[in-house]
Amino acid sequence: MSNKTFTVTADTGIHARPATLLVQTASKYASDVNLAFNSKTVNLKSIMGVMSLGIGKGAEITITAEGNDETEAIEAIENLLKSEGLAN
Amino acid sequence: MAAILKGIGASDGIAFAKAYRLMEPDLTVEKRDVADTGAEAERFRAALKKSEAELEAIKEKARIDLGDDKAAIFEAHLLVLNDPELTGPIEEKIKSDSVNAEFALQETATMFVGMFEAMDNEYMKERAADIKDVTKRVLAALLGAELPAPALIAEEVVVVAEDLTPSMTAQLNREFVKGFTTDIGGRTSHSAIMARSLEIPAVVGTKNATADIQNGDLIIIDGLQGEVHINPTEEIAAEYKKRAEAFAKQKAEWAKLVNEQTVTADGHHVELAANIGTPADLDGVKSNGGEGVGLYRTEFLYMGRDNLPTEEEQFESYKAVLEGMEGKPVVVRTLDIGGDKELPYLDLPHEMNPFLGFRAIRLCLEQQDIFRTQLRALLRASVYGNLKIMFPMIATVNEFRQAKAVLSEERAKLEAEGIKVAEEIELGIMVEIPSTAVIADLFAKEVDFFSIGTNDLIQYTMAADRMNERVSYLYQPYNPSILRLVKMVIEAAHKEGKWAGMCGEMAGDETAIPLLLGLGLDEFSMSATSILKARAQLKNLSKSDMESLAAKAVEMSTAEEVVELVNSIEKN
Repeated sequence: MSNKTFTVTADTGIHARPATLLVQTASKYASDVNLAFNSKTVNLKSIMGVMSLGIGKGAEITITAEGNDETEAIEAIENLLKSEGLAN
Repeated sequence: MAAILKGIGASDGIAFAKAYRLMEPDLTVEKRDVADTGAEAERFRAALKKSEAELEAIKEKARIDLGDDKAAIFEAHLLVLNDPELTGPIEEKIKSDSVNAEFALQETATMFVGMFEAMDNEYMKERAADIKDVTKRVLAALLGAELPAPALIAEEVVVVAEDLTPSMTAQLNREFVKGFTTDIGGRTSHSAIMARSLEIPAVVGTKNATADIQNGDLIIIDGLQGEVHINPTEEIAAEYKKRAEAFAKQKAEWAKLVNEQTVTADGHHVELAANIGTPADLDGVKSNGGEGVGLYRTEFLYMGRDNLPTEEEQFESYKAVLEGMEGKPVVVRTLDIGGDKELPYLDLPHEMNPFLGFRAIRLCLEQQDIFRTQLRALLRASVYGNLKIMFPMIATVNEFRQAKAVLSEERAKLEAEGIKVAEEIELGIMVEIPSTAVIADLFAKEVDFFSIGTNDLIQYTMAADRMNERVSYLYQPYNPSILRLVKMVIEAAHKEGKWAGMCGEMAGDETAIPLLLGLGLDEFSMSATSILKARAQLKNLSKSDMESLAAKAVEMSTAEEVVELVNSIEKN
């Protein structure tokens, strides 16, 4: 299992477009990918799960992946979060 | 089989095309026990696949026609469709409860919709709508029903619907939609106004269009006479081909008047202006030779969104219209919301009598932050053209004074900030409440102009809800009571050296125009598409003759007698 923790820097948090991008990216991988925030964990391949958390600016989020392509999945999500200026 | 439906001609012209029914199918779900749950889950997955293909097609179409921004909503729908947190529990439910896919889908979706709707966040609440939309699509796929996709229409059609809502009309592709017909509605319903602004023939209020017309039937829409022909005989089709040509010829004849002033046979000038809703409508105003904008309905800026437009957004729109009209007069009506026009995000309580309730200036004077933002945007835009500001639904002189005071305060603030505001901005009111018409002489001392809003003035004078078809016979523009009120308002304005216009449907009405000219109306504001026809009519009328006609008309006892009188003179 791989995991990595980020701090959300986007003013609007993880809403709308960012959530869409995250789910689309996670869905490309076979591994189970989850997002933990505020002691809740949701499936990162579920748009409704991600949005239901209401992640705002400054939030600490932890992404975990488990499966054959877990390393690649975490890497792709990290790239996305940084290149879109969502988190670091 | 050939058949004819009668309705109300809402927009002139004749259209021939195949019928396209814009209808929500019946998606009622029944609970069934299922033995082979594996096969049922498979059926569910197939419905997901079909829905996905449909959504992809709509998304692509939206991307090409409307841009990435508008396509994003379908991107979100696709994610919801494939959301394992939604599809997983549905499959589980099919298996654990041995129920049909439709039932499992509906139960699960309803649970999620409830969860999102309960969230204290506008954005989340909207996601509930996404889930409903997606669920509907999958449900239709499961039930073998077809959802209408007006955005995907790719051949010439006549749209057949129960009624057309603003969001439905926004999706219609003007290239292919040649006309439409609806079961309900009248000349002033949203669908009718829309048809005139799109310049497509329409017949509304046919009662039976959706019952009698099937997809693919050949339809003739006769917007001139308010008739719809279903699968016409060859003779009728040939006859209509001729009429369509004659109408096109007449339109070409009117088009020659586009750059002319509107002058009567005896040399009297009146102004023909256009009613608009957005800056995009200016093209139509120009191509139809509008001498100004007599009514800019600003509420469209506030509709179809989930928050109030900012001062900057409003400023840009007002500026665009003022600049576009190149110094010609532009009468902007301040926010007229309430009644049949709702703004969900204002969260106004539901009223028993919305037309008699908290709307327009009443709302603006109470929720002044909304009003002040609009007035600031207007004042800032005023330097870009010939702006006139008009307050809607004024019932008392005090309301006008209050609104004027708020405007003066905002002007002073802007000037203190060093922002330029036009020195002279005419300030007027809509006359649509009988109390105001009755003391028009007193109002005339304080306002710069009147614009008579006949749609509401008629419904308030006759005490007949214009949305209620059972009392639609009381919508009588030619009733002498209405003519007398109009006369009072015009005379009161002239006595104080002010001008009087009219921005209701009546101003563009062939039968009303001779009477209004005779009563001394200065400005006629109408759908842009009615302007050239009205100009052609006015050129052939003599004002002094129409004065005698109007003097007789106000002495008649019934609307029918007035119409008879107008018809008799026009034939001479």
